[in-house]
Amino acid sequence: MTDLRSAPVPPLRDDDHVRGPQHAALVFFYADFTCPRCAVEALRLRDEDARVVFRHFALKTRHARSVALAHAAEAAARQGVFWPFHDSLYDDQGLIDDPHLWARIRTLGLDLDRFEADRRDPAIADRVRADVRDALKAGATTTPAIFSDPAVRGARTGKG
Amino acid sequence: MSIIAPGTPVPEFSLERESGETFTREDLLGKTTVLVFYPYAFSRVCTDQLQVYEEALEDFAAQGATLYGVSTDAHHSQTAFKEKLGVSIEQLSDFEPKGATAKAFGAYFEPRGCTNRAIVIVGPDGVVRWSHLADSLGDLPGVGLIFDGLAATAVS
Repeated sequence: MTDLRSAPVPPLRDDDHVRGPQHAALVFFYADFTCPRCAVEALRLRDEDARVVFRHFALKTRHARSVALAHAAEAAARQGVFWPFHDSLYDDQGLIDDPHLWARIRTLGLDLDRFEADRRDPAIADRVRADVRDALKAGATTTPAIFSDPAVRGARTGKG
Repeated sequence: MSIIAPGTPVPEFSLERESGETFTREDLLGKTTVLVFYPYAFSRVCTDQLQVYEEALEDFAAQGATLYGVSTDAHHSQTAFKEKLGVSIEQLSDFEPKGATAKAFGAYFEPRGCTNRAIVIVGPDGVVRWSHLADSLGDLPGVGLIFDGLAATAVS
């Protein structure tokens, strides 16, 4: 039986994508690369010098490319460029089809064949799905969902 | 207005399905049902709500629970909303007489004349097992909270 009962955001993991000053408090940023609100918040967090943990909250119905971009970002991460790829996607959310991704990969000097194989790896899909489920359990109801550490029981999410 | 309490048999009600057919108390019997009362089709928070719940539909099904969205929108509007979002959660219209079912469940928001944001879990016997009324129309109950409700239902 699947269980999505309420649970706090999982603590920092070794394989998390983290950037920002070591001394800064952790901010868990559950986001979608197609989401304009996420792009704005990502920029704000970067400018605030926050220590950001990026996790995926890519909803299947939010945008046709939500899940695909999450997988692509994880594939880029395998070549060591999660954050440059993250910034690249949020800098221009109008160019997110496959040829645009290939162009970004070439610009970042990555192995395109490896990227293409990696982004179809079921293990990457599992990771993205696990992030989404963790977000659901933690009470995320919109993108982005931002949780502070150690007070990770409540999401700071937008309301409309 | 208080939300219908656990242990209360569901009152007689009549909602309109997307097909135009009637959905009544009889349709709740024999399965666990999650009625998701939401204020407005196409509003931002209700969009988030249905898209987030859609993500967990397989998990709800694994718990033996079926979700329905309920609002005072006409069923044509609900269908358009559902198609726009790309979600599969069946919609039930409380359009005429407006909000009659929501009022019977304590899930009507008089100041705005719309369905309140509320969740009601009904057991296979037609008795309310769990209910939740949001603090405000903009306060969206997360998936985890509903699963907490289902878990409480399972052990009670």
